[in-house]
Amino acid sequence: MQASARNLCYNHKQDMRQIFSIEELELKANDIRQDIIKMLVAAGSGHSAGPLGLADIFTALYFNILKHDPKKPDWDERDRFVLSNGHCCPVQYVTMAHAGYFDKSELKTLRKFGSRLQGHPERLRLPGLETTSGPLGCGLSQAAGMALAQRIDKAQHRWVYCVTSDGEHDEGNFWEAAMLVGKYKLANLTVIVDRNNIQIDGPTEVVMPLEDLRAKWEAFGWHVLEIDGNDIEAIIDACNMAKAIVEKPVVIIAHTIPGKGVDFMEYDFYWHGVPPNADQAKEALKELRTLGGKIRSEHE
Amino acid sequence: MNKSHLVKDLRAKDIKQESSRKGFGRGLLQAGKDNDKIVGLCADLTESTQMMLFKEAFPERFIEVGVAEQNLVTTGSGMAAGGKIPFVTSYAAFCPGRCWEQIRTTIALNDRPVKIIGSHAGISVGPDGATHQMLEDLAIMRAMPNMKVFAPCDSVEAEKITLALAKDKSPNYMRLSRADSPVFTTADTPFEIGKAQIFREGHDVTIVATGSLTYHALVAAEMLEQDGIHAEVIHVATIKPLDEKTILESVAKSGAVVTCEEGQINGGLGSAVAELLGERLPTPLKRIGMKDRFGESGEPNELLEHFGLTGTHIAMAVHEVLDHKKLRTR
Repeated sequence: MQASARNLCYNHKQDMRQIFSIEELELKANDIRQDIIKMLVAAGSGHSAGPLGLADIFTALYFNILKHDPKKPDWDERDRFVLSNGHCCPVQYVTMAHAGYFDKSELKTLRKFGSRLQGHPERLRLPGLETTSGPLGCGLSQAAGMALAQRIDKAQHRWVYCVTSDGEHDEGNFWEAAMLVGKYKLANLTVIVDRNNIQIDGPTEVVMPLEDLRAKWEAFGWHVLEIDGNDIEAIIDACNMAKAIVEKPVVIIAHTIPGKGVDFMEYDFYWHGVPPNADQAKEALKELRTLGGKIRSEHE
Repeated sequence: MNKSHLVKDLRAKDIKQESSRKGFGRGLLQAGKDNDKIVGLCADLTESTQMMLFKEAFPERFIEVGVAEQNLVTTGSGMAAGGKIPFVTSYAAFCPGRCWEQIRTTIALNDRPVKIIGSHAGISVGPDGATHQMLEDLAIMRAMPNMKVFAPCDSVEAEKITLALAKDKSPNYMRLSRADSPVFTTADTPFEIGKAQIFREGHDVTIVATGSLTYHALVAAEMLEQDGIHAEVIHVATIKPLDEKTILESVAKSGAVVTCEEGQINGGLGSAVAELLGERLPTPLKRIGMKDRFGESGEPNELLEHFGLTGTHIAMAVHEVLDHKKLRTR
């Protein structure tokens, strides 16, 4: 009884409240992964590992956590969502299309001339984006600015979420922002760190070691939650818990598997910044459609 | 009759001396009273940049980010996203000097109306030396799409520009000076974004000046008058967008140009005017400014003299450019 209630989550959309079970969200994340593969192979360039690893977090955000309305992207009462590591935008574009911001057919225009789906996200081109990002390390301070503005407006019921990569912790601007948020105790700001342990040149702990990451955040005045970032239920639970912690800002260190769902991409930093070719995409899609061989693909 | 309404005696011994940052401080306080969307952010230089007046009047709308200029501008971008009109201040060497890319991505490309105020620009920063004498700000900010760039000629104009920026919907950069300089414009002197002002009319040569050097350009024009040379002095408070019409009309009449700025001649106002004239109206031109070198410690007037940025130097440059003009017309 209790378990089934836990598995039911509702979406806070302004005009319609939909109930999604965890199982439905997991299937949604799988669909999103398939569309990420398709759009990357059509684009011929772009990042594979991060978007696939983030699919569960984005599914949880757009279909459960965020208060938003795809039909009114500038709705004032929406929660603010900042993607700091803009190179992972394929997962945001696909999730937004699935949520109803625009038609899925537009996904194949990623990185093409004239597209609203720029190689790195540009706010002015696509309604529903809160900022323009790509250059790393400056999303958190923008999220902080949004939270500060809400504090002045006494609108702290609106939440600000910021997804960051682990690699961008190398940036000085990142820690400047962490210090500022700690100083002002911006408790209506929740950060989700995509801790997938890879960056372009190799494993994060080789390129520039980040550990002890939890201790670093705590030293900057944050409450730290650590979760399996590919477990949708854990993501939703952590975001709900973050709302209950009022005395400190909360960072959720979400341990994700880069390339999650595609066996030959998982854990391999090679896939950080490259797309699959046609054969690799076929193999990846087969794996995703069969849930790793557990079911038969409808295309067989 | 000139409509610029300047003080009558530019070289009066008792002319009021005040730094342009003081005018900014007053302007921001007034803008804060006029509009509660105005917020102030500072990087540990609240008194130096004169943001303290705003901070004391509106503590709830003031954010101290510490010595972190990258965080200063990006937090400002976020506050603009939240509906605020942020003024962000530091020394120009650090902001926009240190945080140029953050400004480019999160303010200019992102088109957020953040007002970037760089104090302590120019050689007249003085004793602090080369590290703190920002000379490249006009060049780096002028190169950025969506960005408007301003350099007031005195504290009265700095106050007017600040009030105008508070109402402007786009990203802006304004440089300010640390040192006191003569206050020679008045409340009646016109200021309009994107409009250059003819501060003195003449037809032999056009002196195009910005910031603190506009005063020196006017002094040069008085000196030249004694030699029978009638110089037109155009003050360019908005370096971008440049008032091409006013400059082209004057140069078409005079046929010779000298530009003056307290910054590098590469990339700043001198470059902007040279680019305009090179494409539209090739004309003999001399540029007064820092000639591809850094400054050093010293008193402001000592440094202006040493680096060739006084009225005398401007007058000499006018004589040189008039020689070129004669060669062309012979």
